[in-house]
Amino acid sequence: MDTKKLAIIATKGTLDWAYPPFILASTAAALGYEVQMFFTFYGLQLLRKDVSFLKVSPLGNPGMPMKMPFGPKWFKDINWNIPNAIQSLVPGYENVATSLMKMTIKNNGVATIAELRSLCQEADVKFLACQMTVELFGFSHDDFISGLDFVGAASFFEFAGETDICLFI
Amino acid sequence: MDFDKELDARGLNCPLPILRTKKALAELSAGNILKVIATDPGSVKDMTAFAKQTGNELISSAEAGGEYTFFMKKK
Repeated sequence: MDTKKLAIIATKGTLDWAYPPFILASTAAALGYEVQMFFTFYGLQLLRKDVSFLKVSPLGNPGMPMKMPFGPKWFKDINWNIPNAIQSLVPGYENVATSLMKMTIKNNGVATIAELRSLCQEADVKFLACQMTVELFGFSHDDFISGLDFVGAASFFEFAGETDICLFI
Repeated sequence: MDFDKELDARGLNCPLPILRTKKALAELSAGNILKVIATDPGSVKDMTAFAKQTGNELISSAEAGGEYTFFMKKK
């Protein structure tokens, strides 16, 4: 049987959107897929040496439950429906929401992004970084983890064209 | 059931139980049995899917008191 192949284009640079690409890539690798991930635009943030700065924003995100990761059950069950106008005025609102999200992630036995990313690397998932974005956002190659290929779209298609599954996230 | 290695995946959530299973199997030889204990309810279907796609044999899958126990035979 031929090895199945998966290609993922990661375009988002927030804590919440960092999960789907790394979860799918690491799982596919565990199932025996050959996997390549192309990180472009904000997705490039997921390849920074330190990813602890990644944030989640509840602002303009009505799908995000705002629940507290501590306290008695009745308290944890409350969904804090805070209007956008208030969220946008409170300094540090994103920082607080991100801390709470990180606590929730830990409480639920969900891996950290740094952990999932290194699991991908251990499983030989190949990371392609968009060179154009590096220049556009004024990054230098030193800002990123080692083991990356800095390439353009054509290099991505070389692999993507042969895949069984190709996802844009 | 006799087994050659035990993996405690309790408290871990998707995709960690599968990734740890894959890693644990890599340390075994063909025909060896791996026992996995998990608390993730999604792991029941996921372990079946993992076995089907990787060719390892899921010998048994059981639930007791919120814990799921799997026995997997390495291909």
